[in-house]
Amino acid sequence: MIFTIAGKELRTLFASPLAWLVLTVIQVVLGYGFLRRLDDFLQIQPQLAQMASPPGLTELVAAPTYATAAAVLLFAVPLLAMRMIAEERRNQTLTLLLSAPVSMTEIILGKFAGLMAFLLIIILLVLAMPLLLVTGTRLDFGLLGGLTLALLLLAAGFAAVGLYASSLTAQPVAAALLGFGMLLAMLFMGETAGDSLRARGWHLPAAFIQVFSPLKNFEPLGRGMIDSYAIACPLLLTAGFLVLAIRRLDGRRLRG
Amino acid sequence: MIPADPALTICARGLSRSFGTHVAVKPLDLDVRRGEVVGLLGPNGAGKSTTMQMLTGNLAPGSGEIRICGIDLLESPRQAKARIGYLPETPPLYRELNVREYLDLVAKLHRMPKAQRAEAVISAMARCGLADTGRKLIGTLSKGYQQRVGIAQAIVHEPDVIILDEPTVGLDPNQILDIRRLIRELGERHSVILSTHILPEVEAVCDRVQIMHHGEIVFSNTIAGLREFQSGRTMIVGLQHPPAADALAAIPGVEHVETDGEGRFRVRFAQDSDPSAALLSAAAAHNWGLQQLTPARSSLEDVFVQLTRDDAAEDAAAA
Repeated sequence: MIFTIAGKELRTLFASPLAWLVLTVIQVVLGYGFLRRLDDFLQIQPQLAQMASPPGLTELVAAPTYATAAAVLLFAVPLLAMRMIAEERRNQTLTLLLSAPVSMTEIILGKFAGLMAFLLIIILLVLAMPLLLVTGTRLDFGLLGGLTLALLLLAAGFAAVGLYASSLTAQPVAAALLGFGMLLAMLFMGETAGDSLRARGWHLPAAFIQVFSPLKNFEPLGRGMIDSYAIACPLLLTAGFLVLAIRRLDGRRLRG
Repeated sequence: MIPADPALTICARGLSRSFGTHVAVKPLDLDVRRGEVVGLLGPNGAGKSTTMQMLTGNLAPGSGEIRICGIDLLESPRQAKARIGYLPETPPLYRELNVREYLDLVAKLHRMPKAQRAEAVISAMARCGLADTGRKLIGTLSKGYQQRVGIAQAIVHEPDVIILDEPTVGLDPNQILDIRRLIRELGERHSVILSTHILPEVEAVCDRVQIMHHGEIVFSNTIAGLREFQSGRTMIVGLQHPPAADALAAIPGVEHVETDGEGRFRVRFAQDSDPSAALLSAAAAHNWGLQQLTPARSSLEDVFVQLTRDDAAEDAAAA
């Protein structure tokens, strides 16, 4: 049932120009950045060759590309998620799902899965760029795997927040702004508050705040380091906002 | 509390709902049997849609209990909802899908086995007159066809209970006739509840009628009962040589007379009396030149006025 709804969401996304536009813009921006960095890398390669343990191509070209992708997703995900619930409410098509023998959890998870499938396409396109270089050089597949996993976790957290924002209003554009605002607030508040709390030795609140710091949790894996808490945090964030979205949907049934 | 009757497809007891301080639906009971078409009639804002939303699990009731084919809707929503087909006021259509894809999605959402799906979609399209539109995008269809897709959506999974919220609204007269024929047909095998504010529609398709007013069921009877209620107590009398209205009012059994000044009178009878014979003989005796003596078909508004007036009178009598 989750896959039925996910398939429907994916179809709906691709039926609108927005999804294609987002894919195009992301690919142009990332492709340009990737080629620029590759160019820079080729220019400084002679100097790098003289270093004792020089940073590799993956570290100097792929990692920054992934970081850019993370920033781009911050804008793209709320835009992609905005219609998922808000527009169904505005067009009153949500009734179809609510009247069907499908639970609220299945509806939200289905929509989340559909959005993740789309984001996976973006992530695979990002991954394809460094992978193309495999014909000419050696790649650090461990780091590349870490980067991809980090981006996937980041995208899941963003998607859950975007979906929750979409459940708050019947106006898709308002939902997008809301989602974007929530992510930005998390970024600013999460990063700074986490650091200052940790500086004062308050580790438990700092650990809690870290759940809401998507970019902070991106860093360790992005450096090729497996930090289990940094992996758990985005998962907690995702689960938390999905539960909120489910409750929100059920609340509409109760409150009308 | 709820009777165990296998033919009872919808059974609601003490169903009510408020929004804040506004009471949308006062506690009401509703029974629908298999093979029955029940009309929920009422002006806008009477609570029809709210009642239907509760019956389909779209809105949690404030109190009360709903059983669909004996399954508690609130306790086992999944099993109960599988037996319901619902067309809300605004048909829930995905404009970017074509008709066939959309109906297939609906069948999938209702957990129809893959083997039966293709056939169910084709049969639903055929029954709703959509056979030639399978490949058209829903967004490009006219309002009438979209409404048909909405109905097809409600019946594609062969539900026991079909709930249609104003199914003929916005259609042209031919389409209305088609849809009414379809509803009659559906009523033979399923239970159908439909809401409307058009009185002739209820007469055309329903077996029973429940009239809602201010969130209450104020009248519940068969169509024959409704006709009697509507017409039994008022007659239109047309006279060539009209006397003063008082002359008509003087006939025993006549409760009230209104005149349009051109020889047509609206005569209301007192309860449990039929003065038509007395009227006839009086007309003959005084040479009034009787042209017309027909039961007045009161409009829905009249029925409401009458129903609410009766209530007020009863309340006054009780007090």
